[in-house]
Amino acid sequence: MLIEPFLRIFTGPNKAEEINKLLKAIVTPLVALGIFLLLWSAGASQIKTSLGAVPGPTQVWEQAVNLLDEHKEERQKEAAFYERQEKRNAKKLAQNPDAEIKIRPYTGKATYLDQIWTSIYTVMTGFLIASLIAIPIGIMCGLSPLIYTALNPLIQIFKPVSPLAWLPIVMMIVSAVYVSDDPMFDKSYLNSAITVTLCCLWPTIINTTVGVSSIDKDLINVSKVLRLTWLTKVFKIVIPSSIPMMFAGLRVSLGIGWMVLIAAEMLAQNPGLGKFVWDEFQNGSSNSLARIMVAVFTIGLVGFLLDRLMLMLQKSISWDKSAVIR
Amino acid sequence: MDSYLELSHVTIDFPTPNGPFRALDKVKLSIEKGEFISLIGHSGCGKSTVLNIIAGLHQATEGGVILNGKEVSEPGPDRAVVFQNHSLLPWMTAYENVELAVKQVFKNQKSKEEMKEWIEHNLELVHMSHAMDKRPDELSGGMKQRVGIARALSMEPKVMLMDEPFGALDALTRAHMQDSLMEIQAELNNTVIMITHDVDEAVLLSDRIVMMTNGPAATVGEILKVDLERPRDRLALAEVPEYNHYRAEVVRFLHERYKNPEAEEEADSGSDVDAETAMASEEKAEVQDKQKKEDDAPVLYAVND
Ligand SMILES: Nc1ncnc2c1ncn2[C@@H]1O[C@H](COP(=O)(O)OP(=O)(O)O)[C@@H](O)[C@H]1O
Ligand SMILES: [Mg+2]
Repeated sequence: MLIEPFLRIFTGPNKAEEINKLLKAIVTPLVALGIFLLLWSAGASQIKTSLGAVPGPTQVWEQAVNLLDEHKEERQKEAAFYERQEKRNAKKLAQNPDAEIKIRPYTGKATYLDQIWTSIYTVMTGFLIASLIAIPIGIMCGLSPLIYTALNPLIQIFKPVSPLAWLPIVMMIVSAVYVSDDPMFDKSYLNSAITVTLCCLWPTIINTTVGVSSIDKDLINVSKVLRLTWLTKVFKIVIPSSIPMMFAGLRVSLGIGWMVLIAAEMLAQNPGLGKFVWDEFQNGSSNSLARIMVAVFTIGLVGFLLDRLMLMLQKSISWDKSAVIR
Repeated sequence: MDSYLELSHVTIDFPTPNGPFRALDKVKLSIEKGEFISLIGHSGCGKSTVLNIIAGLHQATEGGVILNGKEVSEPGPDRAVVFQNHSLLPWMTAYENVELAVKQVFKNQKSKEEMKEWIEHNLELVHMSHAMDKRPDELSGGMKQRVGIARALSMEPKVMLMDEPFGALDALTRAHMQDSLMEIQAELNNTVIMITHDVDEAVLLSDRIVMMTNGPAATVGEILKVDLERPRDRLALAEVPEYNHYRAEVVRFLHERYKNPEAEEEADSGSDVDAETAMASEEKAEVQDKQKKEDDAPVLYAVND
């Protein structure tokens, strides 16, 4: 999708025009970005906070590099830690072949990249659970006016609820219900994921319902004339024809889920990017603001990439290749 | 009196905010096996409603439909429908669209191999073998309609119901499709009910033309038996006086006895052009007819007298 315009330079009929178009497509955003950076660095130095001046682009860049370096350092420490253990164990075994050997796991602090990864798989978990619940409910609501009438008030009431209101309830319920001596998942992971789920449900339910209930009446008549069974009808006609709307809902859901997750992590001190931001804020060093800004850009970038991922998925699944999807 | 398909006193009231709306009133029609029937009438008079009642997609308020001795109560593949806008599933290829119908209808009767053969045979019938792996958005309007007809044929229906199947096609494609349909009809001898608003199409294809009165409470106005020898050839027919006579009968019904309620207000609107040209050729036909002493005049049934 991104390389397509480049390819067109070679394949297109009018090469000069294609190059011109491409230049415009690249140069215009770059100019805008340049102006943004200028305004930012000019404006930032004017504002003094208790943590020093608001960081400009250069400071933020420095901190991004720092965070990466810290990550590498931490990984080296980890590798060294395991190496030491191995050496020790090898020595033990050499002295006494029957010696009991142990490998202790490394318990260093989570690096910035670890936090990003935690956030990504937490949001994906919550989003997947939500989709598995929301798509069937949406299909039911779209097919049956009775079910729709029954569920619509509930959906409309739960839809605008802020994730921050869900969070305490989820936390209480998870700690009450999920009691295990050897837990498979961290409670904090469950808390975040379930909160994401609760906020991801609604757009998918609503869009799927609309998609299903607006299926071409002729296609429904075809299924009636053929006397398709309910399941065949759902899988051969209903789902394929509502896929575009379904994906519209899924993309909105994932976007909301990502924002919700960051807020939930900040509030509940659950590992992830949100916690990183909150910790830096509490930490209050002179680098904190710059580090938070790195996080802001990371959050934006990851959100964007998640959306692109959904778009690619939609393009590969959808039958309507001619539809313009953005 | 026991005909193959019998509509007896079919009346339907649609519920509307201003009370029930009677779209059809005591529609009576008997159709023999293998007959090709055209349903013609002004737009909105209730042609589609008649077809939907036969298909089982609508339920008559009074009266009913009996097909081969059994009352019709719900839709089923023995009454295949060809819709005006093809209504193929856009995410399936031509082959898969027909396959969906064949798998459903011949579930326990045909082996996989036989089904494949049957699907390909039906696509062959409508001359679509070359494009059976294309999806509807890669097909032209006429090709889509062909696949829709193949799908209907593949169900081996007792009656094939076609709702303005060629209405959305250009004149040339439409002529092609009509020829194809006549070919298939000659081979399979299906019972067909086709809605059309094209007078030429009705005369060319039909054994009988059912002309409906204007709504609301529309019913069968006249039935015109078309006694033209088959196979029919559109070019040769243009010279045949009977053909022009049948044509004129239909036009007279549509434009004199039951004028288009919308066209009445604007006297010289476009829809009357058809009538004028038809009358011109009708006069020609009458001149020739006089020489033949009119001994083979069309048989005219008046039903609702
Ligand atoms: N489901 C429905 N509810 C209410 N009125 C309807 C419905 N279907 C058709 N009608 C009315 O019945 C009349 C006949 O419609 P239709 O059979 O579609 O006409 P045609 O196919 O001859 O153009 C029209 O006046 C239309 O408004
Ligand atoms: Mg109609």
